[in-house]
Amino acid sequence: MREKLLNLDQFKALQEKCIKARENEKRKVLVCCGTGCAAGGNLKVYEELKNQMAAHGVKCEVALNLTDCAGEATGLKMSGCHGFCEMGPLVRIEPEGWLYTKVKTDDVPEIVEKTLVGGEFIERLGYHQNGELYKRQEDIPFYKKQTRRVLEHCGHIDAESIEEYLSIGGYSALAKCLFELSGDEIIQEVSDSGLRGRGGAGFPTGKKWAQVAAHKEEPVKFIVCNGDEGDPGAFMDRSCMEGDPHKILEGMIIAGVATDSTEGYIYVRAEYPLAVHRLTVAIAQAEELGILGDNILGSGKSFHMHINRGAGAFVCGEGSAMTASIEGNRGMPRTKPPRSVDKGLFGKPTCLNNVETFANVPDIIKKGAAWFRSVGTEGSPGTKAFALTGNVVNTGLIEVPMGTTLREVVYDIGGGIKNGKKFKAVQIGGPSGGCLTEAHLDLPMDFDSLKKVGAIIGSGGLVVMDEDSCMVNIAQFFMNFICEESCGKCTPCREGTTRMNEILTRITKGNGKMSDIDELKTLGKMIQTSSLCGLGKTAPNPVLSTLQNFEDEYIEHIRDKRCHCGTCKSLAQFVITDKCIGCTKCARNCPVNAISGTVRHKHEIDPAKCIKCGTCKANCPVGAIKEG
Amino acid sequence: MENVEQKFVDSVLEKYDCDKAKIIAIMQDIQEKYRYLPKEALEYVAKKVGMSESKLYGVATFYGNFSLDAKGKYVMKVCRGTACHVRKSSNILQALYEATGTDEHNPTSTDGLFTLEIVSCLGACGLSPVVMVNDTVHAAMTPDKAKALVEQLRGEA
Repeated sequence: MREKLLNLDQFKALQEKCIKARENEKRKVLVCCGTGCAAGGNLKVYEELKNQMAAHGVKCEVALNLTDCAGEATGLKMSGCHGFCEMGPLVRIEPEGWLYTKVKTDDVPEIVEKTLVGGEFIERLGYHQNGELYKRQEDIPFYKKQTRRVLEHCGHIDAESIEEYLSIGGYSALAKCLFELSGDEIIQEVSDSGLRGRGGAGFPTGKKWAQVAAHKEEPVKFIVCNGDEGDPGAFMDRSCMEGDPHKILEGMIIAGVATDSTEGYIYVRAEYPLAVHRLTVAIAQAEELGILGDNILGSGKSFHMHINRGAGAFVCGEGSAMTASIEGNRGMPRTKPPRSVDKGLFGKPTCLNNVETFANVPDIIKKGAAWFRSVGTEGSPGTKAFALTGNVVNTGLIEVPMGTTLREVVYDIGGGIKNGKKFKAVQIGGPSGGCLTEAHLDLPMDFDSLKKVGAIIGSGGLVVMDEDSCMVNIAQFFMNFICEESCGKCTPCREGTTRMNEILTRITKGNGKMSDIDELKTLGKMIQTSSLCGLGKTAPNPVLSTLQNFEDEYIEHIRDKRCHCGTCKSLAQFVITDKCIGCTKCARNCPVNAISGTVRHKHEIDPAKCIKCGTCKANCPVGAIKEG
Repeated sequence: MENVEQKFVDSVLEKYDCDKAKIIAIMQDIQEKYRYLPKEALEYVAKKVGMSESKLYGVATFYGNFSLDAKGKYVMKVCRGTACHVRKSSNILQALYEATGTDEHNPTSTDGLFTLEIVSCLGACGLSPVVMVNDTVHAAMTPDKAKALVEQLRGEA
């Protein structure tokens, strides 16, 4: 049980104690327990580490030891996501900063014996790239090019301990806001930093806060944190909530103090049970210490936090739909104005920001606006977290300064395309975004540059696609997603996206008409201009941007009835290549006798007879049959 | 209420102060226990919180996570997000349909063991393709691994 902190001095004393306890922990083992590594079996690794440490007489401390700071014990911690999910499960060893990858429970005895007892690095578990061994996590190319600010402590502290958060200077920004700064001064600092909303649209955060604070006559105002990360291919907010939940709480409480709001809501996707758990734990701990609740640290200011679990509706990521959902209604957007800063949740002024936006706030207060502006671009200062996924060597969670080029992200951090294939495109910003091609590789990624080429940062999902990815198929995939997620309130979005999906589906099935291309463009423009909310307004983006960059592929599907990537099954053609040894196996197994040829000579498939069942490909002993 | 314990529903209602605004949380708790929303429970809740049945039905059917039909013991959420899509999650889905004897229109197996759901993203993109069974994420799936998983769960049931 924690004792409630009644004033600033008590807070400072506890923080001092936590910092000392952390400094005293010389040796630390951080077991990544984000969703990814946990799925890979790291919870078992954690338990096994505990057992093996006991068996080898290594004194183990699972929580910061605030009473006895002798510094002999080894700290064993469940941390949040380290980001390098491709190589998980991950275990980090401090103070050396070593990173062990793909750890299994069977490796644990060796880790305890050699590393914890012997102080020796186990090369087998280290990260290798191009024949080179990287012992330290920070030296690995994946991490080296990153600037981790929001994710600075993600993976480096125990995500379920408020003491750990205090030990790295946590909640001191809040203390500064409570006792040194006025609300206007806080808002001024955030405005000066140039922080823009990380949820996608990039609205200046300071401006939003000022608009909410301006409602001085209104005693009830709300702070809402948007953790409904629904974009397929994005998981930055999840990792942030799981790995450093207190940082988000601190950002929200600061927003509350600045705008004179006393109630906060965090809306988390239902698909993120671990994030909900970690946030619930964090809130309970903060309440125990009196950092949340009435009269925070004796300052006279109060703030209460609530968690709302989403129930599976993508549209709830839209502001007015989210507030409707928190109120217990169908999550449908409404017409604006009034904007949510004037009439939001329960009809009151509401400050609604994204998880990553709030997570940026504590450091801005602590280190100042100038520090924040020291990286990034003039118009988009700071960093941005991206989820790097798809056909790239190193998938995972990354954070880079705004304005970093796509090439640096895909090749330097991501390690290039998987299996030596060729780069084709990157889908950025999920179903609201667009695709970037080879021509955009040197484009700086920031709010304004991306807008110019018809894409958006969106929530920050980067899905890398190689030469075998069919762009028509991707466009259809997103349109199908939007059709299912459209709330149905306004006609352009409900009917328009359905029509677009029908057209795209028929193109991928080989029944398209050349006029379909113009029709898609016309419908797309119409939906963009006449839909009610952001979901509809951006829904045609994936189609329009693939049409802009890969119109040839659409034509190939429509005119030639071909999908050279082999993704669209109805258009697939089986071809026998020169690898054929003439064994006749394919011809013998073909159910419609479409294959002809003589023994030891190359065979041929008659496309007119072929029913595309794939039996020949499955039976070929030398892999001579290509689909595409 | 035949299939529903009134005491349980009452305890949920009490936890949320019978508050209309918390109707989603109330339904989430009920669904967690029964794995779907029994009709009797919804009628009872509507009366207790002072909401019309039609309005409650409207909210329940708006959100993808709520189900008015009984679900299987193992709810398998197959991720069809972008990252999983480009790493061929459609083959995983197909393998699971075959292994569980379900299809698009009949997502729950006749033995009541499995329900297949398609979700748009589980946020575990780094491990794609993924399948979530109840609350456990299974990473880097292949059609063979998917079939083996179904067999394993069948053995445990």
